[in-house]
Amino acid sequence: MKKRSATDVLPAEGGLGNEPLLTVDNLHVEFHTRAGIVRAVNGVSYSLSAGETLAVLGESGSGKSVTAQAIMGILDMPPAVIPKGEIRFHGTNLLTLSEEGRTQVRGERIAMIFQDALSALNPVFTVGWQISEMFRVHRGMSKRDGMKKAVELMDKVRIPAARQRVNDYPHQFSGGMRQRIMIAMSIALDPEVLIADEPTTALDVTVQAQIMELLAELQRESNMGLILITHDLGVVADVADKISVMYAGRIVENAPVHDIYKAPAHPYSKGLLDSIPRVDHKGQELYAIKGLPPNLLDMPTGCAFHPRCPYRQDNCVTDVPPLYEISGVRSSACHYWREVLDGSRG
Amino acid sequence: MAAAADRILEVRDLVKHFPLTSGVVLKRQIGAIKAVDGVSFDLNRGETLGIVGESGCGKSTLAKLLMALERPTSGSVKVNGREIANARGGELKRMRRNIQMVMQDPYTSLNPRMTVGDIVGEPYDIHTEVAPKGDRRKKVQELLEVVGLNPDHINRYPHQFSGGQRQRIGIARGLALQPEVIVCDEPVSALDVSIQAQVINLLERLQREFSLAYIFIAHDLSVVRHISDRVGVMYLGKFVELGKDAEIYDRPAHPYTQALLSAVPVPDPEGREQRERIILQGDPPSPANPPSGCRFRTRCWKAQEICAEQEPLLQIRPGTAHASACHFAETHDVVHVN
Repeated sequence: MKKRSATDVLPAEGGLGNEPLLTVDNLHVEFHTRAGIVRAVNGVSYSLSAGETLAVLGESGSGKSVTAQAIMGILDMPPAVIPKGEIRFHGTNLLTLSEEGRTQVRGERIAMIFQDALSALNPVFTVGWQISEMFRVHRGMSKRDGMKKAVELMDKVRIPAARQRVNDYPHQFSGGMRQRIMIAMSIALDPEVLIADEPTTALDVTVQAQIMELLAELQRESNMGLILITHDLGVVADVADKISVMYAGRIVENAPVHDIYKAPAHPYSKGLLDSIPRVDHKGQELYAIKGLPPNLLDMPTGCAFHPRCPYRQDNCVTDVPPLYEISGVRSSACHYWREVLDGSRG
Repeated sequence: MAAAADRILEVRDLVKHFPLTSGVVLKRQIGAIKAVDGVSFDLNRGETLGIVGESGCGKSTLAKLLMALERPTSGSVKVNGREIANARGGELKRMRRNIQMVMQDPYTSLNPRMTVGDIVGEPYDIHTEVAPKGDRRKKVQELLEVVGLNPDHINRYPHQFSGGQRQRIGIARGLALQPEVIVCDEPVSALDVSIQAQVINLLERLQREFSLAYIFIAHDLSVVRHISDRVGVMYLGKFVELGKDAEIYDRPAHPYTQALLSAVPVPDPEGREQRERIILQGDPPSPANPPSGCRFRTRCWKAQEICAEQEPLLQIRPGTAHASACHFAETHDVVHVN
């Protein structure tokens, strides 16, 4: 059977002028569990243009990975349900696309790198087989040509002695090398959007630096849009163009990278920035955001951050703050963003 | 150097080789993983010694040696002047009350079939003199509260907690016997940023209150700087540099320390293009077959012939005020942008 190319469903690359490559619009994701409905994502919107790096920052349970999985179409549904929202890629809503259509986008035009390469790779197949699978499935290539391509890709992500190592299994590689294999798989089909979910969290700093350098280089080469999902404010400061900070399934602040580090406009972003130790100077006692992240089954009323917030007023308990626009490129979901912005770090 | 009375932990030439064998019936030793290969340092009361290095450099094996969970191949570990490395039975048990550990992996270090109350209270079963049976539940609840967990969750099982919360259970267990030394092996690496700060502050507060001494092992150099008074940098089983926190971070002398520090992302985008970055190529060599002479020479940009022939000792070198193990040691600030 002849495989249709993805262009049958979606317009070709770069055909849409100024429209962002990928737009997430008011996305909601719920998980229907026995304990109740977990609202993991509550109205998330962001956009990504070609060549741009968007960092989605948040702690565990903030919904950053679920959003990414919704974009990739790899959520298990059920238990997951997407009651509202759109994910537009080149203007086409991915959520209403047929499964066949999604398969053509997934891996081919939007690809993803996972956090834990050891559990993301299949332990019983060689890495060469797993990389070449991309070509066999999406391009209908023969095993032999696929393997050739796999070696090329392993060279590209700078795995030493690629030709000899192509028949090795994942456990025979170090953590950094495994992450390179993941990257090789994700860029195999020249995707336009790459989603990297905590790509360096499990790695040493020296290896992290290697991987981030590799990603930046690949991005420059092919003008990919990169969504970097992370909790590491250091990595974000190094590579991001713009940042979306997530808390309890919502975006609480959108900002260009320089602005947010200079003057955060949401108490949560401010708290995060104040709470990290620095390698370049020894500070006093760390500021700690008090309390715990909310239970998604039992969310606080009003602003989800209000039980932990030092700027809290009465209306925070009752009114959910909308995303207030601060400037054309900045927004904050805090009733008192002006106060937060003024009382900012010097 | 502080007076000997303040010294709580004394480590001398500590070596741990794990034998590599071949054959099934007649096992022959064909080599050894040199996990820790000659480490010496002191720890004073109320002090924090941070130990940093990449995975596989031997920092976790070092932690186990300090706890006498592994027996050293050679060398000595003295707690309050008494040798723990060869202690046995009741003597070892008494010594271990004084030196406790917070483990790295909260998923495997907590027994899934025990409740949180049993896990945190287990030290009291072994050291019954610390808390009478009637007090235990209250004590455990206090500990849970102190580490930021809900004391009402005392009857829950580990799987009902998130990874971050589990690590706090481990910390509560480490604190239970109120030891003088706590060996923390990556205690905050599994925690979220906002929770990490709470735990670091907690560790610091406990240190002040009980004048605890910490061995703080972590790969996050920013966290180590924040909490440590002195820092040791490990590479392939050896300390390559040891000094006060400002000496290591602001005036590093060993090329490996410089590379490590330059790789740490600074949470400030200002001047990110100007920041100096030394990207090391490849992975560290195998500890089964470390390079001759200086172990870092295969990845070092300063390496010359002498580095392959002569092993550089950890000593104070010209132009620096702290010990480093490099023939060409030279201080060079890589962290701050000019």
